[in-house]
Amino acid sequence: MKSADGDCKLLILIPAFNEEGAVGGVVQAVKGVMPGVPILVVDDCSVDATVTASRGAGAEVLMLPHHLGLGGCVQAGYKLAFELGYDYVIRVDGDGQHDARDIPQVYEALRSSGCEMVIGSRFVNGDAGGTSLLRGAGIRFFRAVLRPILGRSVHDPTSGFVGVNRSALGVFSRSFPLEYPEIEALVVLQRRRFRFVEVPCRMLPRRSGRSSITPIKSIYYIVHVLLGVFVNVLKYERRTPKQSRRS
Amino acid sequence: MERLLNVMTGLSVLLILMVLVSVRRARIRVEYSVAWLVGAAALLGLSRARGLLRSIADLLGMTYPPLALMLLVGCVFLLIFYRFSLIISQLKDDNIALAQRVAILEYHLQTLKDQAAGC
Repeated sequence: MKSADGDCKLLILIPAFNEEGAVGGVVQAVKGVMPGVPILVVDDCSVDATVTASRGAGAEVLMLPHHLGLGGCVQAGYKLAFELGYDYVIRVDGDGQHDARDIPQVYEALRSSGCEMVIGSRFVNGDAGGTSLLRGAGIRFFRAVLRPILGRSVHDPTSGFVGVNRSALGVFSRSFPLEYPEIEALVVLQRRRFRFVEVPCRMLPRRSGRSSITPIKSIYYIVHVLLGVFVNVLKYERRTPKQSRRS
Repeated sequence: MERLLNVMTGLSVLLILMVLVSVRRARIRVEYSVAWLVGAAALLGLSRARGLLRSIADLLGMTYPPLALMLLVGCVFLLIFYRFSLIISQLKDDNIALAQRVAILEYHLQTLKDQAAGC
């Protein structure tokens, strides 16, 4: 993976932890849709063959020396992308649940909307189905919590299918929630008066493995994220002047 | 009351010894042992100074002085735990930043090696 120069300003970022069964297919699917675009798999110290599978499929791999969790893993990728000068980064989960065919419209929205963040949402065009009862309830709950904070509704606040531009990349390189980052990241951006837009996307079944979110963890998730949201709301952040947001 | 205060004295002496042994074996850094030693010394002092303990109990409106001692000890150790939570949080942040930096530097190093091998 080279530094971003010329037209090559987009990076596809795939955080992965023990995804040997899925990550190779994800990389190949992305390459099929976005040929020539560099793909970076951030391996969160997997104990299986995730690194080999990623490299075998043609991705570059950033290997973390120990397990950091999703937020630390994604932030490592953001930091590297920022250092290498990328203008846009689109994050796709390594379990194969995000349809690579939706990447072009996320990229197009990033370039044309002027928003700092684009979320691939399952619910823009109504309920896409396939979401468990518990997760659906959690999503509705966080929609209600976030609405007054963000000043607008967000259909899919837990989506990990996210594109960011360089301004957001700079912010996330310095400050990014470490556990369950999606919802808190929205609040971090709101504190900077950054904007986001949602584009419809499809959700596929996992290619392999199981979700790490169990019913007990769901309760912990809700409490943890709620606390994180309110801490971020209360956190003092120096506001970025509007005119200097886009570099 | 006497028995309970004697137990507190014994516990505080035990705590001081444990911390000192740990410092000697380099299992606790000196700067992190200070809070424990001060807390244990305060516990030891109060459990032996009955007059002072009775005055504190009167001040707090407690009729049973050992209860005042327990309250004070609880407060001191809560502060110690809070301080250590701050330290652990800072260490975790530093650790994550370091791990990310190591990964990025290794990535750059590998890229340079690949470029050198390709020349």
